[in-house]
Amino acid sequence: MNHFFSRAGRLLAIAAIATTSLCFPPAAAAKKLNVVTATTDLAALAQEVGGDKINVESIARGYQDPHFVEAKPSFLLKLRQADLLVIVGLQLEIGWLPPLITQSGNARIQVGANGYLDASQFAEILEIPQGSITRAMGDVHPLGNPHYWLDPDNGRRVAKGIAGKLGEMDPADAAYFQQRDQDFERRLAEADKKWQAEMKPFHGRKVVTYHNSAPNFARHFGLEVVGFIEPRPGIPPTPSHTLDVINMMKRDHVKVIMVEPYFDRKTPDSIARETGGTVVEYLPSVGGVKEVTTYFQLFDYDIALLTKAFQANP
Amino acid sequence: MKLFALICVCTLFAGFACAQSGTAVPGGQDTAALEQKVRDLEDRLIALEGQVRVLKAQAGQAPAATPAGAPTEAASQAPAPAENVAAVSAPVSLGGAGGSAAKALNPDISMIGDFIGYAGGNSIQPSPALQMHESEIGMQAIIDPYARGDFFLSFGETGVGLEEGYITFTALPESFVVRVGKMRSAFGKVNAMHNHVLPWVDRPLVTNSLVGGEDGIDDAGVSVERIIPFPKGIFLSATGQLFRGDSGSGDELVFQSHQKSDVSTVAHLRGYKDLNESTNLDLGLSYARGHNELGTNFVTSLYGVDATLRWKPLRRAIYHSFVGRSEFIWSQRQQAPFEQRAFGMYASGEYQFHRRWFLGGRYDLSDRPRQANLTDKGGSVILTYWPSEFSQIRGQYRFTDYAGDHRTNELLMQVIFSLGAHGAHPF
Repeated sequence: MNHFFSRAGRLLAIAAIATTSLCFPPAAAAKKLNVVTATTDLAALAQEVGGDKINVESIARGYQDPHFVEAKPSFLLKLRQADLLVIVGLQLEIGWLPPLITQSGNARIQVGANGYLDASQFAEILEIPQGSITRAMGDVHPLGNPHYWLDPDNGRRVAKGIAGKLGEMDPADAAYFQQRDQDFERRLAEADKKWQAEMKPFHGRKVVTYHNSAPNFARHFGLEVVGFIEPRPGIPPTPSHTLDVINMMKRDHVKVIMVEPYFDRKTPDSIARETGGTVVEYLPSVGGVKEVTTYFQLFDYDIALLTKAFQANP
Repeated sequence: MKLFALICVCTLFAGFACAQSGTAVPGGQDTAALEQKVRDLEDRLIALEGQVRVLKAQAGQAPAATPAGAPTEAASQAPAPAENVAAVSAPVSLGGAGGSAAKALNPDISMIGDFIGYAGGNSIQPSPALQMHESEIGMQAIIDPYARGDFFLSFGETGVGLEEGYITFTALPESFVVRVGKMRSAFGKVNAMHNHVLPWVDRPLVTNSLVGGEDGIDDAGVSVERIIPFPKGIFLSATGQLFRGDSGSGDELVFQSHQKSDVSTVAHLRGYKDLNESTNLDLGLSYARGHNELGTNFVTSLYGVDATLRWKPLRRAIYHSFVGRSEFIWSQRQQAPFEQRAFGMYASGEYQFHRRWFLGGRYDLSDRPRQANLTDKGGSVILTYWPSEFSQIRGQYRFTDYAGDHRTNELLMQVIFSLGAHGAHPF
């Protein structure tokens, strides 16, 4: 009996490894490049330039807080097949992506490998902290604000960077990616003209946001973010800070509160009631609601919401 | 007035363009082309800034990527290992960037404090009233393009232990992930977890009785892991581990090696499936075998089944979640005069009812491994408060019935705090 058990155990250990290596050879290399992105916005940009020459999938959903994604094993299934991993960078994904990369067993996408692309290198980064920082400031990002994709100029730059990378990995289709990138740039420039025109009447308007996730958006469209519902990044609202925000909004005549869809509406709603303002549940990412599936629709959606709110609160 | 401003801006643009190209452009002409040029220049500047950021970040990895000549050279000059490291990092200093570049070489360093207070009497498993239970230093870094390294040193109030220290080869062919070093083994779920990620102050009775107590099966050896492709979105992974054969000590000893061939083995098969985007099920089968303290001819085998159900709605992920978990463990221990077959289990649940508040409960049951006819039972209620991601305050009421003749009621209080950049834990 004992013999049986000890032998069975050894066999089990060996069999566990043997089955893994023998029974299931890796799938034959597909012709299309498999691109996995950390967020939906990067997936949308990759799709714009990659067209039908790539398969692209995002790990995080658009209605999910990208700081707090769970490192689920099901993501490993996507990552182990990936030829290219595109991340937001600036430590946005530090809480969940590193163990996924390590466990994926995919040499192509390890940090520093050819299939690892940190998109922040192409973008203009705001709020890079100067001097020393501590966690007394909350969950600050020491490398700068990672929510840079909400500026169409950065979208253009990141798309160009991804197109370059795709061309490098698939030289036969490099011209195709370049051509798609140029087409995207042209369409984006046109759309941006329209967005700018829509936002022009509201230039210089002051807004409050829940988390500090819209500095690039605000700068591009001429808004001024004057406060946050969070007392410090990542710290939930406190009564005293909420009171400060209410007083500040009344004093400075601030009427619009921008809230990401993954935050609790209780505090922003009560602030809006106190100040007679409006809560705008804007989307920080593509896929935040079902209808918004492209980078263009993201700005269409947010700008429609904002202009409506600004008109309602002159 | 507006017109004046426009002219001013155009003149400025023109001046800028003159400085760039050397050709004179009269103000007001072809502003669109000039704007385009400014935009292009801006893009080039931003691209350069990005490159600088990348270079800065890579400054630490650069020497690691070209280590071939450096260490031997340094070794011949510097006999002490500490100086050796310094010599390797020295060549990075470029002008004024030396300080920060050398810092970039350092691994991510973190320190986690775990303070526990106990109230109530327990003569079977006595604990001090107040205790700095553990101070864990973690050092983690990418070693080279092929591997990463993780070290966790655990300081008690009096001594130091190497909790884990291993290299993970991440770039192997055929998707194998290999670890070499000292590590918490993959037997079940709780065994692989560090103290500070447990949802309780203590560990379950079954861990203390059958699986080596707080340290668990934690030994030096080699681990091989691979994802097994499986249809229908099911994640399957298999792990095989070979260890020296020493785990646990004193009453909590599970494995002891008496000669070189007394190695222990651990095998783990994990299946995982997303039931929907908020809910997932995680199942595992585990096996461990090694020699016990009685000698080379006395073998202990452990069998385990674990199940975890997690729920976390993505839209409200930071406010609500639930984790239900249970492990069943069977121990088969050869000893004189009879082999002992013991069974133990725990079942626990933790519900996050507010962004910072978690309420949990746990039921414990375990036979004693050396005297399997004695069964201990217990239950706990746990309340946890998170001031932030970097600290936790936890209270636990624990009731234990030791083999039906000794009952204890205890109150445990714990504060966990984290300094620096502690790497994320596996899911």
